[in-house]
Amino acid sequence: MIIIFLVTGLLIVLTILLSLCRAVVGPGVFNRVAAVNVIGTKTIVLLIIMGYYFERPLFFDIPLLYAMINFIGTLAFAKYLERGELWS
Amino acid sequence: MVLIDGIVIILLAIGIFFMFVGAVGLLRLPDFYTRLHATGKCDTLGEGLIILGLIIYHFFYYSGISLIPVKLLFLIIFIFIANPTATHAIVKAAYLTGLTPWRLGEERR
Repeated sequence: MIIIFLVTGLLIVLTILLSLCRAVVGPGVFNRVAAVNVIGTKTIVLLIIMGYYFERPLFFDIPLLYAMINFIGTLAFAKYLERGELWS
Repeated sequence: MVLIDGIVIILLAIGIFFMFVGAVGLLRLPDFYTRLHATGKCDTLGEGLIILGLIIYHFFYYSGISLIPVKLLFLIIFIFIANPTATHAIVKAAYLTGLTPWRLGEERR
């Protein structure tokens, strides 16, 4: 059953690489920010799968924290790109 | 145990399928808005299904009372709220800065 988590993690890494192509190629800053957001939300699932693959499900505080940081970062990027400044 | 393994594997496979559809849509579609239309929903559903499968796995393979399934459930709820909100925020920022949507016949960008 553990090998299933290895296969799932490798497939998630493959989807992360597909999204990274868009983050490198994509024209304009909005495509890159969207691709980075998608990579962050895939990384959360990758961290949880790693927790069950190494049979150490105690580090699930890290995905929680990562989800919150990713959300705040994307909102800050959106506000900065919309208004041109952050504190207004 | 074989039934539980089957349910977990099916949930993980459906989640991986949705995440692949989202990634291919992000790579393949012609416009910024259509790309976010692909990823904003597929990623949310795929991650929800994968974490649901892992919650079921945890209930049947780890004994004892622990707080970890509650944490995973909170993570599902947070992703279901936060991911569409972030997508909406960045689409609104792109629309207000004057990025015009793609129409049929124009070139890809």
